[in-house]
Formats: sequence, structure tokens, C-alpha cells
Amino acid sequence: MQILNSGIRKTDKMENNLNPNFACETNDSGNSYCEVQVEGLNFYYGSKQALFDVNIEVKEKGVAALIGPSGCGKSTFLRVLNRMNDLIPGTRLEGRINVHGEDIYDPSTDVVELRKKVGMVFQQPNPFPKSIYENVAYGPRIHGLKNREKLDQIVEESLKGGALWDEVKDRLHDPALALSGGQQQRLCIARALAVQPRILLMDEPTSAIDPIATQRIEDLVRELCQEYTIIIVTHNMQQAARISDFTGFFLQGEMVEWGETSQIFTKPQDQRTEDYITGRFG
Amino acid sequence: MHSRTELIMKILFWASGIAIILFLVGILFTLLSNSIPALGEIGIGSFFTSGLWRPGAYGEPTYSINNFILGTFMVTVGALAFAVPMGVAAAAYLAEIASPWEREFFKPIVEVLAGIPSVVLGFIGLVVLAPLIARFFNIPSGINALNGAILVGIMALPTIITLAEDAITAVPKEYRHASLALGGTQWQTIWKVTVPAAFSGITAAAMLGMGRAIGETMTVLMVTGNMIARPESFLDSVRTLSANIAIEIGDVAFGSVHFHALFVVGLVLFIITFIVNLLADILIHRKPEVNK
Repeated sequence: MQILNSGIRKTDKMENNLNPNFACETNDSGNSYCEVQVEGLNFYYGSKQALFDVNIEVKEKGVAALIGPSGCGKSTFLRVLNRMNDLIPGTRLEGRINVHGEDIYDPSTDVVELRKKVGMVFQQPNPFPKSIYENVAYGPRIHGLKNREKLDQIVEESLKGGALWDEVKDRLHDPALALSGGQQQRLCIARALAVQPRILLMDEPTSAIDPIATQRIEDLVRELCQEYTIIIVTHNMQQAARISDFTGFFLQGEMVEWGETSQIFTKPQDQRTEDYITGRFG
Repeated sequence: MHSRTELIMKILFWASGIAIILFLVGILFTLLSNSIPALGEIGIGSFFTSGLWRPGAYGEPTYSINNFILGTFMVTVGALAFAVPMGVAAAAYLAEIASPWEREFFKPIVEVLAGIPSVVLGFIGLVVLAPLIARFFNIPSGINALNGAILVGIMALPTIITLAEDAITAVPKEYRHASLALGGTQWQTIWKVTVPAAFSGITAAAMLGMGRAIGETMTVLMVTGNMIARPESFLDSVRTLSANIAIEIGDVAFGSVHFHALFVVGLVLFIITFIVNLLADILIHRKPEVNK
């Protein structure tokens, strides 16, 4: 299990033949606590069903990638995990989703607390039209932090965490929208880190930025996964192969296959996965 | 044949556009040319020296409009002081919180409010608001600047609500999502992200509401008392620039210095509203810096 925290590339993990579906409970190294458990998830937009009986367990730390063709439900699934789908009227959900051991769709769940714990980075970089500093300080501020020194410290740590500090430390009070697209996305990551989440959801975070910026974000994801559980949606299979420890393949609202990335990309169990991976459709 | 119709239509449309410009230039020209006799006779300075507006006084008529500018300023600022917060709050509610049917219900009401003739509001000021103000502040009469400010504020509300709502609706939803995903409540998202992001549009809404308030005549004339003395507080009677023209233009001898002096008052009003509208326009058209 230590491979999840070590950042070792997938080729090193090839021999490891643990079954990811049931690995959560049966470990003895202590750091593979099951972070997200999804059981029998069905999700509906109005009368249209978008997700069909999804079951997965995501372990603490490491990167889980969700792949699949457009409209397959991978983004919908991601937004189930921090209840962003609540914003869409007429959605309905069945099943049980535990995050860090708690049922997040229980009526007693505090959505604010959930979203503090489960941060999100969007497809389009979406910094606020405020300064770089204010963007990062926003989260801690709305959760009640007023102490200036503490805020300064969190802003610095978060920007370092987002691998942006060196580029912006001399212009923290410049408008965030003056940054490049890739920098804006790293700012959004730093902004999400500032509320000290445990899980980071990323919804195609590199699809709107250039290849060099993408490379930086990928490196950053590998660094961050040593401290955070990262679930990333990507339409880019190579990206999933490069940065994830586990991969789930979605097709038409169904999770066809879920397993270690190395296994999914080399020995897929399902014919549809193999067809997708080898580029026969998608 | 076809191209001739095209040409005629083109000329008609062009002429309509040009006519607007001509109207504006014509108004400015009329104001200026009718102001010049008075400006020549008494000098521009005497309109802004301290004193009173006594164009009919024997011996030494005086033309100071300072108290009227102050009166206009008090009514306008007083109106905006409550109309802007209230209008923005209502706009934020309509844009962010209201359910579709609530929106369908409230928006026509806002439009009806905009359509109430100002003279009707003046009546309400006289028979409802004035006694209330008099009782509340324990003063003999509620015909004063406060009364005018409240009514003008009500008149400016529809403009402010409609434009501010447009501005808030235009804020990209990505900002809201970012805030909510960080654990922000709807309330925090509205007041710390959405409304600030709509700031330039909201300022423009306030400015256009202000333009409406500055020029408002009938309501103000009916409820502010129209004293020419310098007001000391909102509970004093005031006379605004516009009310002064409306009150005196019917009694003044055509072509007299007094007659032309009223045009100077109109010119000052024109310049003030022009500047306000120009600023609003600049703010509306200032492109928000959105990455895309």
C-alpha cells in the first residue's frame, strides 16, 4: 500500500496484485483508510438516468482518475461527491456515498462542512475577479478567519502548495485575472488548498490550458497526492496513465471497470475498456 | 427596384439615428442661446455667489442658485441613500434567490412602479408621507427635503432594480460555483462574490437612478415646500433646480432677464445630468476582465 504515497510511477507497481475493490478494509500499513465509498449509486437528471449502480471505494491519498467518452457521467459522478449537483434543479440520487466514513447525503449532513473537506477544481480556471491574495484568502475568510498574520501564512502555504508562490510572491495584490491560464488554474488549486481539504476533485483541470502548463499541473497533482486524496476526471487517457494510481472507466453512466491504473491500461478485464483504451471508440 | 427599397430604408434608418443627435444638439443650443442674454446681463458668477434667488426683488435682484443646487443634491443623495441598498438587495434577490414564479410575479410589479405618474406620487407624499414625517419627527410640517428624497428614491427604484439585476445575472456562474465549492453559503456567495463582481454594472444602475432623481420635478415640487432659503437639514423645506424652473416659468415675462435666468438654471441641470449619464455609460461599457 505504500505505493500510494510514494509517487512511484505505474511501471513500478505492476507486480503489486492487490484487488483495489476490497483493499480498503484489509490493510495493515495504516494509511489506506477508505476515503470515499460509493454503493449502488443511481443518479437522475429529471427522468433521465445519468449514473447506473456505481460502486467504488477510493483509498486515502493517491490519485484516482475517471476516464470515458464525453457524456458518460464521469463529471456527474465527481459532482456527486461534493454535492455540487444539488445546484441543478430536478436531480435525484439513490445509493449511499460515504466520505471519510460519513454518509454525505444524510439529511443531517452540513454541505458547507462537506465542501470544506472535499475541494474542487473546475475545467475552466475560474479565479474570482479579485487579487491573487484575496482569491486564496477567500475560503479561510468565509469560514471565519480574520487574523491577518494567520491569513498571510495560509496564503503563502497554499500558493506554495499550488506551485505558484515563486511566480506571484511579489505581486500578491495584482488582479488574478491578469495571470496566464495555467497560472490561474494553479491559483484555483491553491485556493482549494487554503481551506485544508482532505480530498480534491478535479474536473478536467488541464483541458483549457496549454501543454506546458498541463505538465506543471500534472507534476503538481503527483506532489499533492502525497497529502491529499485526488479524484480527477480526464478525457485524456495518457494523462490518466501518467498521473493516476487507480482508474475508473465510465461508459454511458456505468462504471465499467475500476482498478489499478497499470492493470486497466495493460490488462483490462472488460472488452469495452480494452476497446476504449486502444482507441476503437471514444 | 429591390435596391431602391434598400436605399430608402437605409436613408430612413440613418435619418432616425441622426435625428436623435439633432434633438440633443438642438436642446443644448436652445438652452445656450436663451441663457446667453442672462449670462451677459448679470454674469455667470452671480449665479454661484452666496445669497438668495430673488429675480423679482426691487432695486437689486439676485440670482444665486446655490441653495437650489444644495436642494437638488439633498433630495438626490437622500433618495439614493436608501434606494441603492434597497434596489441592489431586491435585484440580488430576484437574480439569485427568487424562484421562477416569484420572478414572474415581481418583475411586472417593478415595471408598474416605474409607470406611476410622478404627480400621483406627489399626492401620496402630501396626504400620506407628510403627516407621517411630521408625527415621527414631531415637527409642524412634513413638507420637506426628506419627503422629496423618499418619493424620488421610490421613483428611482425600478431603474436601479432592473439594471442591477441585469448586472448580477451577467456574472459568470463559474464564480458562484467556485465560492460554493469552497464551502461558501449562498449568502456569502452573493455578497462576497456575485455582487462585487457586478460592481461596475451596479454603479451604473445607481448613476442612472441618480439621473432620474436629479431631473425629477413634479413630485419634488409638490412635497418639498420650495422655500428659497438655505436648508439646514433634511427636515427643512428645499427648492430644487427643476422645481424652480417649473414654478416660475409660467409667471415670468417672456424675454426678461428673469426668463433667461431660468434657462441658465436649466443649463446647469442639463450639464449635471449629462455628466451623470456619461459616467454611467462609461461604467456600463467598461468590459469586465473575464478570461476566455
